This record gives sequence, C-alpha cells and structure tokens, in this order.
Amino acid sequence: MSASRAFTAVLKRDLRLALRRKSEVLTAVFFFVVVAALFPLGIGPELNTLRLIAPGVLWVGALLSSMLALQRLFEADYRDGSLEQMALSPAPMPLLVAAKLLAHWLVSGLPLVLLAPLLGLQFDLAPQALATLMLTLLLGTPVLSLVGGIGAALTLGVRGGGVLLSLLVLPLFVPVLVFGAGAVEAQISGLGIQAHISILLAMLLPAVFFSPFACSAALRIALE
Amino acid sequence: MNRTGINWFYFAAPQAFYGLAGKLLPWLAVMAALLGAAGLWLGFAVAPTDFQQGEGYRIIFLHVPASWMSMVIYLAMAFWSVLGLTFNTRLSGMMTRALAPTGALFAFLSLWTGALWGKPMWGAWWVWDARLTSELILFFLYLGYIALTSAIDDPKRGDKAGALIAIVGAINVPIIYFSVTWWNTLHQGASVSLTKSPSMAAVMLWGMLLMALAFWLYTIALVLYRVRTHILQREAHTEWVKHLMSAKAFGGAA
Repeated sequence: MSASRAFTAVLKRDLRLALRRKSEVLTAVFFFVVVAALFPLGIGPELNTLRLIAPGVLWVGALLSSMLALQRLFEADYRDGSLEQMALSPAPMPLLVAAKLLAHWLVSGLPLVLLAPLLGLQFDLAPQALATLMLTLLLGTPVLSLVGGIGAALTLGVRGGGVLLSLLVLPLFVPVLVFGAGAVEAQISGLGIQAHISILLAMLLPAVFFSPFACSAALRIALE
Repeated sequence: MNRTGINWFYFAAPQAFYGLAGKLLPWLAVMAALLGAAGLWLGFAVAPTDFQQGEGYRIIFLHVPASWMSMVIYLAMAFWSVLGLTFNTRLSGMMTRALAPTGALFAFLSLWTGALWGKPMWGAWWVWDARLTSELILFFLYLGYIALTSAIDDPKRGDKAGALIAIVGAINVPIIYFSVTWWNTLHQGASVSLTKSPSMAAVMLWGMLLMALAFWLYTIALVLYRVRTHILQREAHTEWVKHLMSAKAFGGAA
C-alpha cells in the first residue's frame, strides 16, 4: 500500500469512527457553546462590555473545548491495540499520525470555526470582526490540535491523564491565544490584522511539519 | 574513538558519577554559602540606599538572580533532554528530573519577590507585564514537567516523555516571550518597564553578581545531591549499591 493511500485510509477510518460516535464529537462542541453563554450571565448583558471581551472569551472557549477533545485523539486506538499496528506497519508512522491529526481537527476544530460567528453575534460583534474571528480560528485551531497532540500522546495511559494533559498543553497554547484574540481586537479597534494573520500562519506551518514527528516519537515512548 | 586521552563518557555511568558528585558536593555547598553570605552582606549592609526606590530596591539581590536561574535551569533541562534522547544515557534523565524542582522553586521565588518589590514601587502586587507573564508561564511549564514525570511509573518511559516535553517547552519559551511582549504593547495597560533602571552603582552590581554565583553553586550542589538519590534509587538492584549500603550499615566509610 502506497503512503498516500495509507494516509487516506487512516483519515477515512477516523472520520467514520467519529461519525459513528456523534455524541463524543458533539459534547466538545456544545461545551464551547455553553462556556460562551456563561460569560454574559456572569458579567452582565451590557453590550459594550460584551463586545470588548468577546474575542478573548470565544478564543478561550475554543481553546478549552479543543483541549477536551484532545483526550480522545489516541485513547481508543491505544486501548484496542490499533496504535501498535500502526507503529508496526510499513507506512511511515508520522504520516499516519498526521492523518489522525487531520481527522481530529476536522471533527473537533472545524465545527468551532463554523459555530464561532453564531456565538459572536450573541456578543454583538460586527460582521467584519466575525469574519476575522473565523479566519483566526481557521488558522489557529489546527495549531491547537497539532501541539496538543504531542501532549495527548505523552499522557497516554498515564494516571490522571486528563488533568495532566491540560497542565502540559495549556501553557503552550498561549501564543495562539494571544495572536488569535489579538487579531479580532485589532480588527475591532481599526488596526490592520495582517501582522497577526502572518504570525498565526508562521506558527501553523512549522507545527504542521514538526508535530507529526514529535507525536510519533511520543507515541513510541508510550508503546514501549 | 577515544583519541584525546580523556574518556568523556566515563562519568556518564551512574556509578562513576555517584562518586564524583559525592566529592564535589561539600565544596560546592560551602562555596555557595560563603558567596551567598558575601553577596547578602554587600547587598544589605554595604550598598547605598537608592535615591528613588529607598530601601525597597534591595530585594533585587534575590529577585534578579532567582529569575536568571529559573531561565538557565530550563535551558539546562533542555540540554540534558537532547543529550538523553540522542545518546540514550541513563544519567541525563536523572539530571533533568533533579533540575526541575529547583527550577520551579526559583521561578516561584522570582514571582514572589517580584510581587514584594512591585507593591511598594508600582503600587500593585501584580501587573500583566510581559516579563511577569512569561515567568508565570515558565513556572507552569516546570509544573507540567514535574507532573508528567511523576505520573509515569516506569522511570525510563518517564525520562523520555519528560525529555520530549522539556524540548517542546524550550522551543516554545522564546515564542511565548515574544507573543506576550506583543500582547502587552497592544494593550498599553500597565506600561511598567523593568529595563530602564538607572546605571547601577558598582557595589550593587557586585552584590548581584555574587548572589547569582551563589545561586548557581547552590543549584549545582542541590542537583548533584538529588542525582545521587536518584542513582541510588534506580540502581538499588546492582551490586555496587548493595555493597555501599551494607558498608554504611556497618558503620564503615562509604
């Protein structure tokens, strides 16, 4: 089996599995919606305040939601042994891991991107700010999946994995949060967003390249 | 392979390193204590009162060296991690593990003394300044490393997983620092700069350098002590450790 066929096979398999367990996918998405709804309740319905905090709140919500989803990334495959089969297969492991990461982003990151404008409306964001929010999430959530994947691989089968994972990866998410939410704020206050978008892209590209290798190194440690 | 005549890998063996660390330890500890005492004396007795900040500035003698150490130790951890993953040496993982608690301690000390300094100078215990924020995140990175390595029971797996997360963290530290600086300038909130300190009196500089040196030696001494403990724990099944322990138990000099 050629490498690209292995990639698409893993991708299709993961997507099919995710669609068969819809509740797991939807839980993380609804978590995002609920968190975003809690902030106005806690802070008050003043639209000026809400507009001010919207970029940060929505980005932090997306960050936490994608972190919740991370725990599922390798867990099931680790338990039923298919991860070991992937490590043993002739296809390069980083490629298979990349397929898993892409599938994971498609089911956990992309819904956030698509939902964000709806939630942004509740915070009274202008159309242009909504577009910027979507764009930054589109560039930023893959980084979260890619960097978080390393943490998910390292905490496989470890005591208290979930809490540990959040302690490991949340500090690493800081740059994405800063530039993601920063771009929306810059858009609202009339500054250009070019620089923010460039930097988000500059974080995405090395993450796309290096993360599959780091993830498979971490998975091999876990499988030893 | 060994053309220089020096076997660099000799002390990579835990048994050899255990003896070397034991010999170095007392010297380092004594030097750290002496230099620390000298530094504190210079800082708190000799150095003149600052005309702007009064006596409050004297916490600089603890704050700045602690911040330096917290960053240096993370670099050292990354160094040992790279070494451990490339050469697969047992000692590297133990070194990284031994460094982490001291690094976390210094990061915490840096934050705490910073708060104590900030209150009289800026009127606030905490400002979201770029340096403070990145120091806080560095502290979180230490905690993450310690939590991960202590959650994994198998020491070899723990070493490798810790090494990987230490390296990923070290790559991220400059990015985090850069992004936080950017974020802070955008917000234009508390624009307090720690960098525009007036040219320091020579005696203050000396006090700070002495303290920094004392912290270095303290760190090395403590890390060696901790590594010795790790070595004994991991090599407990080997002959030389059993021999050492029985020799100690019967009152002989080890």
